[in-house]
Amino acid sequence: MTTTTPQAVLAPARAKSAADSAPARRKQGLQHGGWFVAPFLVLFALFVIWPLLRGIYLSFTDANISGDGAGFIGLDNYREALHDQLMWDALGHSAYFTLLVVPCITVLAFLLAMLAHHIERAQWLWRLCFFIPFLLPSTVAGNLWQWLFNPGSGMVNHVFGLDTPWLTDKSYAMLAVVLTTLWWTVGFSFLLYLAALQGIPAHLYEAAKLDGANAWHRMVHITLPLLRNITGLVIALQILASLQVFDQAVVMQDFGPGPEGATRTFVQYTLEEGFTSYRVGYASAISIIFFVIIAAVALARMWLLRNREEGGR
Amino acid sequence: MTVDAAQTRIKSRTRTPWTPSQIVLTLIGVAVSAVFLAPLAWALFTSLKSETEAVEVPTHWLPEDWTGQAWKALFETGNITNWFVNSLVVSVCVTAVVLLVSALAGYGFARTEFRGKAFLMGVVMAGLMVSPAVLGVPLFTTVQQMGMVDTYWGMILPQCAPAAMVYILYKFFQSIPKELEEAAYIDGAGRWRVFFTIIVPLSRPSLSAVGIFTFIASWNNFLWPYMVTNNPDLMTMPNGIATVMNSYGIQWAQLMAGGLMAGLPLIIVFVFFQRQIVSGVAHTGLAGQ
Repeated sequence: MTTTTPQAVLAPARAKSAADSAPARRKQGLQHGGWFVAPFLVLFALFVIWPLLRGIYLSFTDANISGDGAGFIGLDNYREALHDQLMWDALGHSAYFTLLVVPCITVLAFLLAMLAHHIERAQWLWRLCFFIPFLLPSTVAGNLWQWLFNPGSGMVNHVFGLDTPWLTDKSYAMLAVVLTTLWWTVGFSFLLYLAALQGIPAHLYEAAKLDGANAWHRMVHITLPLLRNITGLVIALQILASLQVFDQAVVMQDFGPGPEGATRTFVQYTLEEGFTSYRVGYASAISIIFFVIIAAVALARMWLLRNREEGGR
Repeated sequence: MTVDAAQTRIKSRTRTPWTPSQIVLTLIGVAVSAVFLAPLAWALFTSLKSETEAVEVPTHWLPEDWTGQAWKALFETGNITNWFVNSLVVSVCVTAVVLLVSALAGYGFARTEFRGKAFLMGVVMAGLMVSPAVLGVPLFTTVQQMGMVDTYWGMILPQCAPAAMVYILYKFFQSIPKELEEAAYIDGAGRWRVFFTIIVPLSRPSLSAVGIFTFIASWNNFLWPYMVTNNPDLMTMPNGIATVMNSYGIQWAQLMAGGLMAGLPLIIVFVFFQRQIVSGVAHTGLAGQ
């Protein structure tokens, strides 16, 4: 919600200046402005706001999947969730996945972008190769790596001469999901970094060269500081996406929770409670807890950004 | 983006010599590319083996007997063509609706005034944090109440309210100089005419970025179709391959062929429209800043 503050401050000011310069325009805007946003707002209200409110309501009930006979049970669902070891485990698995994926993807995407940016030939080829996996559906990426990690006829163990039980041992199962995710999604962050690198004006480097800065100095004093914003963006997008991991993990484990439940993610747990155990009320409660966690991360980022803008300039 | 394009064009015209550092970098590039492409090559080779050869131990890269068996079986026995059509219908509809409603809404928020605008914009921003992954169960029961489970509507409509796309276009429309519109108003054009004849043509790069991104996301969407339909006739590609093809005990050659079928359309499109897609993804991503 913090981002609304600057807009809330800006909007009236803009309205005023428009009214001063073109009163007719303002009148027209008042007439039609609402109609522009109406179609979106209808869809948004039906499929985002309403489910959110409904989720909050259901979380205080013992509703089942058929939706009838829901009784109000107050905070019982939340009380139960606090002592639900499976939920904490699932949250732990999603957090563990996030902790591994985010730094790896950020560093890898940066390195790949530096590589593609500095090879002067066939730029399209590098972009194509690093980005192609991102175009695959998550389930295809999951199936493909399930096949690659297959203990008997899988290529990973064969190529590296290993004998690792990637998918069947609880200490490797999540690692396999992490490696799959790196291969599958690094291309997106790579493109963001590449675009940012190409946006750095060449004259900065030329000036630094004239002043005798070597390649290392140019990277530390020009490239890295100018990539700070994009790094913040990549990290934030990756944290939000990684916490919501689901597809690859379930596909790689044949829709099960993995060895000793090691790859049961938070999203998977809410769906199990809702659609397998038919406990819609409880599933809603833990979904709301999850929503609060995601919102807290997003708000923390906005807060950090605002602080930096205030302090930086 | 045009500046980028111009730069790359200049770069490719002036051939740089093979300096030692360029040779090293290119070799690293080739090696890394091989790592990225190897899994796909493996999928392709597996799909050209017989099912028994695919699971042979020790495993080997190239098929000893090249056979199109798996591909043939895929088309003969499965509902893969059905899924393909479903994917196409869903993705095209989602993309069209998203483009229309988010362009209108982005413009409405950027350039018109109406009561409660700041509040509604705040609500849309808050909506950035809601996704089917976060609120899957309540969203499902909502769609269930509307009687849209196991229908195209149920698959399409919930994907059509992306706050992020509205926000991206909102920021873009704010950057268009107001003078362009004001001149048209003086000539007597109305709001809608200004929108369709001036704003939309000016925003083609942004709109195509949003369209491309939405199409990719929708084509590859697994979670929502997975929740909303169990009917094999209604499934989309990612969904059908992951659930139906996995349920009879996995036949790897056939599964890899199916996976390639699901991935190929976007890969082919990407090869042809690389520049637009790259700038589209970068554009939508960067707009989040």
